Formats: sequence, C-alpha cells, structure tokens
Amino acid sequence: MAQNNGLKLFLAWTFVGIPLAWGVVQTLLNAIRAFQ
Amino acid sequence: MALSFLARDRTIAAPGYSRWLIPPAALCIHLCIGQAYAFSVFNLPLSKLIGITQSAPDDWKLTDLGWIFSIAIVVLGLSAALFGRWVEEGGPRRAMFTAALCWSGGFLISAVGVYVHTLWLIYLGYGVLGGIGLGLGYISPVSTLIKWFPDRPGMATGMAIMGFGGAAFIASPLSVWLMARFNTPTHVGVAEAWVCMGVIYLVFMMVGAFLVRVPAEDWVPEGYVAPVAPRRLITTNHVFVYEALKTPQFWLIWAVLCLNVSAGIGVLGQASAMSQEMFKGHVTAVAASGLVGLFSLFNMAGRFIWSSTSDYIGRKNTYFCFFALGAVLYALVPYSGALGSVALFVFCYAIIFSMYGGGFATVPAYLKDMFGTKYVGAIHGLLLTAWSTAGVVGPVLVNYIRQYNIDHGVPPAQAYNVTMYIMAGLLVAGFICNACIGAVHERHHMRDGADTRDEPAGQTAAVGAK
Repeated sequence: MAQNNGLKLFLAWTFVGIPLAWGVVQTLLNAIRAFQ
Repeated sequence: MALSFLARDRTIAAPGYSRWLIPPAALCIHLCIGQAYAFSVFNLPLSKLIGITQSAPDDWKLTDLGWIFSIAIVVLGLSAALFGRWVEEGGPRRAMFTAALCWSGGFLISAVGVYVHTLWLIYLGYGVLGGIGLGLGYISPVSTLIKWFPDRPGMATGMAIMGFGGAAFIASPLSVWLMARFNTPTHVGVAEAWVCMGVIYLVFMMVGAFLVRVPAEDWVPEGYVAPVAPRRLITTNHVFVYEALKTPQFWLIWAVLCLNVSAGIGVLGQASAMSQEMFKGHVTAVAASGLVGLFSLFNMAGRFIWSSTSDYIGRKNTYFCFFALGAVLYALVPYSGALGSVALFVFCYAIIFSMYGGGFATVPAYLKDMFGTKYVGAIHGLLLTAWSTAGVVGPVLVNYIRQYNIDHGVPPAQAYNVTMYIMAGLLVAGFICNACIGAVHERHHMRDGADTRDEPAGQTAAVGAK
C-alpha cells in the first residue's frame, strides 16, 4: 500500500507541479526581461 | 444510478489512503478556474475579430467585453453562496465534476459565441456557466482539505487557494501561445484557443474529481490527538450554514475579508500605472509589467506562507499582522514616491500583495475555527459575497479618488497619496473588526449527532425547558 501510495503521490504532484512550475518560470523570465 | 460514483459515500477513502493526494486533487481544480485572473489577455483580440489588425466599427468595444469578467465574478459569489450547502452535503467529487462541466462548457459555448460573433453567448457561456463553475470549484475542496488536515487546516487550504492565485501564470502564456497557433492573416484564433482550453481544463479537473476522497468518519491523522476541550477561538462544535448568518462572528469575518480584499484589489489593477506615474522616467511600461508579474508571484506565495503560518500563530493574530503591517506599508508608499525609492515601493507592494493573497487563503481555516468543520465549505461560499463586494468597492475607490485629485490639480505622481492613506484607513477598520471577533455563542451550535440542520442547540434547549 505504501509503495502504491508513493507512486500515486509522485504522479499526482508531478501532474500539478509541472504546469505550475512552468508558469512561475515564464513569469519570472518576463519580469527579468522587463528590467533588462 | 449511472452517476452514483459521484456520491459522497462512494468517495470515502480506504484505509491507508494518503491524505497528501488531496492537495493535488484540489490544485487540479484551482489551477484551472484561476484562469479567470488572466482573462484580460483575450480582451484585445476579441475587440478585433472583424478588423483583425485594428477594431472595425462592428467589432465589440472593450467596455462591453469588460462585462464578461464582471459577470463571471458576480456569478462566482452568487453560486458559491447558493450552492454551498449542496456542495457540502453532496461531497467534493460531485461538486468538482459539476464544476468541470460548467467551466469547460462555458469555454465551449463562448467559442461558439466568437464563431457566430454573438456577445451574449459569451456572457452566458463564460460569464454565467463559467461563473457557476468558478463558484462550485472554488469551494468544493475546502472542507475536504480541512477534514483531512485537522492538524494543519491553514496550510491545507492555503495550498489549494495558492493554485487559484497561480493559475494565471499558466493560463496567460498558454492563451497567448494557443491564439498564436490558430491566428491567420484573416482570422483571430480566439475561438479555437477556447475550444482547446475547454478540453484541457475538462481533463485536468476530472483528474481532480476522481482523485479526491473524503476521510472515514472516525479517521484521524497518525499521532494526532484532537483537543478535548475547545480553545477559546477554536471550537469543537459545529454551526449549521444558515445559523452562521445569525452570528456576529460571520459578519465580522465578512467585514475582515471585504476590507482586506478591498485594499488589495483596489491597487492590484493600478499597480502598473501607479509605478509609472510615481517614478516617471525610472519605471517604463515594460518594467511596470514585469513588476506586476513579480507582485503576482508574491500574491501566490503569500497564500501558502501566511495560511501555513496561521496554523502556528492563530488566525486572529495572522489578520492582525495583515491589518497592522498593511496599514504601515500603505502609509509608506507615498513616502517611497517622495524619496524616489523604487526599491522601497517594490518592497511595500510585494508584502502588501502577499497579505492580500494570504487573506483569501487563511479565511477558510478562520471559519473552521469559529463554526466547526461540518458546514465550513458552505459557510465559506456565503462569505465569498465579501469578495464580490470588494471587487466593486476597491477599484471604484482607487479610480475615483485618483480622478478627483487630478481634477483638482494634484500632479499625477502624488495623486495616489490620498488613496494610500484611505487604504490604510480601511485596514485600521479591519483591525477593529478582527479585534471584535470572539467565540460563537453555544446557542448557535448544532446538537450532538443529530441532523439538526435548521435547529441549533439553544432553541432545542429552550423548547425542552418549556
């Protein structure tokens, strides 16, 4: 059960984490570009 | 029943289910519906559907397009208030499933509206149907998260509501990219972008709906010992959703949220113009847009950081921080302009926006402390009318005060000074409201074990005494 949970947790957090991280990086890059 | 898999009792978690799967389920919903914050990227393309490169006489005006977002936000507040009890009693999966259908359906109907160039279809699609999806989606994971994380309710709801703040970071570049993909010299790609977004959001939200579980009735986290006696501002009782409306605590928290959001939302829309006018020659339009992006990151991070902090210092103290620190920082903004210090301006605004987001994220746990967990989602739904009110009051205050000052000869660089002091005043009023919040009287509590929906303990006791 614990191993199964580990995989599920990894997949679930990756599923939401990747788009969020991509969005944050895009925003940061835009902010940096704006100041250059 | 074909849809019985949506029922609350079909979502009860099996033993061993990890509660850390619930925040991603909630994020699946909030990362989609938070797209509303990025809707403005469509305004300009929508105003050139016929003229393509510039607005033609038959194209929609920006003032008419502004109503799409306004309708959605008003319907968000109304649907959260109206359907809160339905969400609470039917369970999170049914609510998330319905929110997904409404939200993505809103995009698809609006795409048809763009295709046939009929604005009322967009009002109906994104505004009304999408607005219902927003309201249901916003409150659907709240009480589930609180029940899974009785030891850290602030952190749990903060994670979900952080997703709402962060959704615009995804939606904004995604929208621009999709429109660019479908854009041709004779066609603006808004309709196709909306179809794609409707489908993407449907899939994403459905993952959340099928991932979510409610804990079994007797479940507690490992090692967690529930407090036997209630602490002064954390009840172990429950208050029925409509009974909460009869308590001064509900209306005080309503005022606390409304005042905190009014102060933040008022300057949120003006941050770009304000930075350029206060620091003419130092902050360009491009730099100002970068600043706004930076502030949005603080808005998102504040949702998680402040609400998690509230688990340790208490909700009331967290709001005291927002109001006391916020008032000082608002009062410092004109000083930063007088000094010509962009760094001080950015520092003040970064903290102000973190507290604006923190106010949204901490309030579900505040409600849980006051009214218990049983109807906290529904009560949160009712409270969101404070957000709708603040959405009107905040920007109107900032815009009208600025215009009044300019009409009376105040230079643009100083036109915001009075506004900042008024915002600080709003926060002082919020501080007083927060100070007045005490424990809910026991006459409002529900009776133990029984389904006492419309009948609080006090009334039952009174009947018994007679």
